[in-house]
Amino acid sequence: MRRDQSAVAVIPANAGISSNIAPSVRQIPAFAGMTKVLMAVLMFCFATPAMAASGEAVNPWVAVAYLVSGVLFILALRGLSSPESSRRGNRFGMIGMLIAVVTTLVTHDIASLPEIGVAIAIGGAIGFVIARRIPMTDMPQLVAAFHSLVGMAAVLVGIAAYLNPGAFNIVDAAGEILVVSRVELGLGVAIGAITFSGSVIAFLKLNGNMSGAPIMLPGRHVINLGVLAGIIGLTAYFAVLPTVETAMIFWTIVALAFVIGFLLIIPIGGADMPVVVSMLNSYSGWAAAAMGFTLGNTAMIITGALVGSSGAILSYIMCKAMNRSFISVIAGGFGADSGPSEGAEKIDRPWKRGSAEDAAYMMKQAESVIIVPGYGMAVAQAQHALREMGDMLKEEGVSVKYAIHPVAGRMPGHMNVLLAEANVPYDEVFELEDINSEFAQADVAFVIGANDVVNPAAKTDKGSPIYGMPVFDVDKAKTIFFIKRSMGGVGYAGVDNEVFYMDQTMMLLSDAKKMCEDIVKSL
Amino acid sequence: MDFISILSIFVLACFVGYYVVWSVTPALHTPLMAVTNAISSVIIVGALIAAAAGSQADGGQTAKWLGLVGVVLASVNIFGGFAVTERMLAMYKKKERK
Repeated sequence: MRRDQSAVAVIPANAGISSNIAPSVRQIPAFAGMTKVLMAVLMFCFATPAMAASGEAVNPWVAVAYLVSGVLFILALRGLSSPESSRRGNRFGMIGMLIAVVTTLVTHDIASLPEIGVAIAIGGAIGFVIARRIPMTDMPQLVAAFHSLVGMAAVLVGIAAYLNPGAFNIVDAAGEILVVSRVELGLGVAIGAITFSGSVIAFLKLNGNMSGAPIMLPGRHVINLGVLAGIIGLTAYFAVLPTVETAMIFWTIVALAFVIGFLLIIPIGGADMPVVVSMLNSYSGWAAAAMGFTLGNTAMIITGALVGSSGAILSYIMCKAMNRSFISVIAGGFGADSGPSEGAEKIDRPWKRGSAEDAAYMMKQAESVIIVPGYGMAVAQAQHALREMGDMLKEEGVSVKYAIHPVAGRMPGHMNVLLAEANVPYDEVFELEDINSEFAQADVAFVIGANDVVNPAAKTDKGSPIYGMPVFDVDKAKTIFFIKRSMGGVGYAGVDNEVFYMDQTMMLLSDAKKMCEDIVKSL
Repeated sequence: MDFISILSIFVLACFVGYYVVWSVTPALHTPLMAVTNAISSVIIVGALIAAAAGSQADGGQTAKWLGLVGVVLASVNIFGGFAVTERMLAMYKKKERK
């Protein structure tokens, strides 16, 4: 802390103001604790515009305000450890953001408050309307689109800081941008641009505007590594040149980073999209952190680190659930070579076809039913019909549980949200390791729109592309109902599934939603 | 602040993030992504600084407009991210006891 003398001047003034206002606030007990903190933080900030205007750097209380918002962001994530505390956590996040924005506004000389107000109103309205209207099945696309916005915002901030470094306090006495700041700027802009173009491609693939099939350029590893090395080399060069000569290099870094983001994501197939979305989540965090370094802003650094680790952990969980290494996902190409071998090996094997009446009858007699939903359920919008079926079975005294694989759906936790939307209580929904041992005692395993996650080949067939992936032991259940559109296509990985041909399996060939509705009618 | 204190905060925050995120229940991973998305838009702070500075220096005018666009993008994310998280979390209900 280098501005000790200004702190001394500020504290008495603020102490006076807060003691006048605080008593009236305390009369509302429910809000008292939170409001007190907020008021104190705001009061401390109000004394600062004069200092900012006189060219003085950071007032310690401003740093405290940013630190508080960083801590509130940590609490926001902490709240997500259980559904009960999650909504309170989300509120903490909102308050943290409010503190960060207000602190920034009151501590800078604002030449254009109306414009900023309009900008926030436009952005806020768009965001709010989208958030209200978006169907839950489209969450992966929405998250990818939001990542691209964070990336683009980081790029814009980086460029603005490069063009007007004085406003960001990153110049030395001679007006040159500090060397450390240049490295941070170069990396921040590059990570932001990669996040942007990568997320745009991920969005297009998830939204179906672009084929999910991997696009493989010849020699792509060499190209990618070359471009990455180029970005790092140019950033180093950018740091040592005098500021006036850096324009070309700076813009080249920006351009190369946009290109590499695009190149990195096009070879990754649709099946690996959960990993990609998590990875881009991580990148958007690192981009915010890099900008936080440039600004010396603790709220941005803490947030960036949180989001960065969050995305990295989610990517790791997804990779592990598919038994794929992170490197092989990044290298891309999964799902490209599934087509040809399939046709050759496919011989007609006997399988049993069931009807909605059979399923209804068997499940009504059962003691316990475990439902295994997959992305196919979401595509068919069958979650509401499925929940209705579950409710009717529960009325018959059947124990109904839902089993969710970590990679079910198109993003981490996607299936849980869809079931929650259909009013399935979250304490009936179980994760892979919690429920897998129960299949052996279950009377019925009801597989709806899932395939690879119940394929025993992952346990037994070393040659299978999904070998080693943790799967549900549905084959241990007494009866298996398997809803599938037809006996044709087989999952993302394009592997045949032994479960189709087992004695206790009945295939229910139909649209998932229609089948659930038919079963409900027969119950 | 000097580089080393910033770096210390960053490294410690990475560890905090690691432990906090592992404690998030897998059922809430989608809301986790939505909310991390919203909070990473704290980058709006940088956009506000650029937009607020105005045309005091060379390049200030361009920087201001870039900042304003940044404010719009980050606001979409902040409002959208928190609102969609709130909407999802409201869906998670416990079994009704009869």
